[in-house]
Amino acid sequence: MIEAVLVEGLVYGILALGVFISFRVLDFPDLTAEGAFPLGAAVGAALVSSGAHPVVAMLGALAAGGLAGAATGAIYAALRVPSLLAGIVVMTGLWSVNLRVMGGKANIPLIAGNPVMDAAYALLPGAGDWSAALFFALAAAAVLGILALFFSTEAGIAMGALGDNEAVVVAAGSDPRLLRTSGVALSGALCGLSGGLAASYQGFADVNFGSGVVAAGLASVMVGEFLFRSNRIGLQLVRVVIGSIAFRAIMFAGRRYGYIVGMGPNDLRLVTALLVVGAVAAGRLKAKRDAKRGLASAAARSSGAEARSKGGAL
Amino acid sequence: MIRIEGLTVVFNPGTADERAAIDGLSLDVPKGQWISVIGSNGAGKTTLLNAIAGSVPVAAGSVFLDGLDRSGEPEHRRARIVGRVRQDPTAGTAPDMTVMDNLALASRKGPRRLLPAKPAALRRRLLERLAELGMGLEDRTGENVARLSGGQRQALALLMAAMTEPAVLLLDEHTAALDPRNADIVMDLTRRFVRDLGLTALMVTHDMRRALADGDRLVMMHEGGIVADLAGREKAGSSVERLVGLFREVRGEDYAEDRDLLS
Repeated sequence: MIEAVLVEGLVYGILALGVFISFRVLDFPDLTAEGAFPLGAAVGAALVSSGAHPVVAMLGALAAGGLAGAATGAIYAALRVPSLLAGIVVMTGLWSVNLRVMGGKANIPLIAGNPVMDAAYALLPGAGDWSAALFFALAAAAVLGILALFFSTEAGIAMGALGDNEAVVVAAGSDPRLLRTSGVALSGALCGLSGGLAASYQGFADVNFGSGVVAAGLASVMVGEFLFRSNRIGLQLVRVVIGSIAFRAIMFAGRRYGYIVGMGPNDLRLVTALLVVGAVAAGRLKAKRDAKRGLASAAARSSGAEARSKGGAL
Repeated sequence: MIRIEGLTVVFNPGTADERAAIDGLSLDVPKGQWISVIGSNGAGKTTLLNAIAGSVPVAAGSVFLDGLDRSGEPEHRRARIVGRVRQDPTAGTAPDMTVMDNLALASRKGPRRLLPAKPAALRRRLLERLAELGMGLEDRTGENVARLSGGQRQALALLMAAMTEPAVLLLDEHTAALDPRNADIVMDLTRRFVRDLGLTALMVTHDMRRALADGDRLVMMHEGGIVADLAGREKAGSSVERLVGLFREVRGEDYAEDRDLLS
């Protein structure tokens, strides 16, 4: 059971990283993930079904999600509409695109072959889901490593500054629109890859895969932030994946033991929503307490800013 | 270094509130000159800086910087040769990023590359520059800027704006939000940067004493135009009283807030 939670947490942790980049790093509240995640699933499953190499299929899912994010970023930059609206438009359009990718069917089962999971189970022969857990841990570690490397480059640091104070990026002579669009594309790419991996793990792609993933991703980010504090981007990224695993564990507990309090699987969305609200409230309380304790006023300001951005995320 | 010809900036164009914030202004600033700009509220001082930096659209006229007409260039392109420090100490730095990340970001102008942002050589150079501020920031490079005091943040913002030796440095009442002690520290640093690096600087200030004490030239603005331009001996021989007198002349009335101006 633990291994199943781990696998889910790792697969959806990549999605949570995408949500983290748009909501937290770029301060760009965005719903593109609701379309990019099933798009990645559809593209991945379609490529696998047509006999493509699994690596090619997952790269295809990544690229498709990246295009979806780039579309959101471009609409935002060109039309100056709110980021949420840009994301909703893309998410709505992607519904039709996803059905096209899946050949007009709402579901693609991977019965004929599921090479990604074949590879996952071949890692530790006979270890079952533990082998899959190790496989997805390696995949998540690779994604984390690449992201941490990226955020230590000039472009990565500027992307972090963009969500913090855009004027600093402009003063450094770089185009904030280009940087933001790239960031939203990166976020979409992670959602797409996560969708491709999720389709493999579930054994099918479904047009409804995306429903609720943004809230789930946000909840993961916030559960992570609740666990420990850091201003280092590498730790913040790791924290997102840990938060995702913790979030999936909470969901698992809800599915398994929820009946004790009369809760069914249908109530889990409400739990997710309450988790997000609870995490925001806890952040606010913490900021207030810090201020009361008379910590350095500057420290209070920074946690206040964190609480504010959490509020903005809703 | 800066040549402004017939510059006009219009607020709320096409509405009942239409108003020319800058009205046919011309100004020529040779390389290495430091100009203080004074004037009452609404005279157009900040708008002039905004027009030079490219953060407001120009209705008519041209802004030449470093020999090229930049009037149509977007702000982030112009920022490659224009450094700027605003009044608000939180405006020039990214609060939830470390001191080192802020400096590394500002250490190079232009598009961002996929190269390491803080190679060891750059880190060493930036540490030296931080130490020159004399604020002990070189020991706090891993802390978020939000934890610094207003004076420290403004000193950091000044370093970030000046360190690439921009062709033009714009200072918009950059000491006005600080307490007197920190204002003096930031002003000392400003003097050092502008003189040591030979920068061409435009400094807006409310403080006439400061405007007279610092800089090579003093420009007084009123209703979107330049009404007095003092340099050399004329500026050296001037006094706050004389400036207030000038104010009265251009306004054609008693300046009601003489006391504010003299304070």
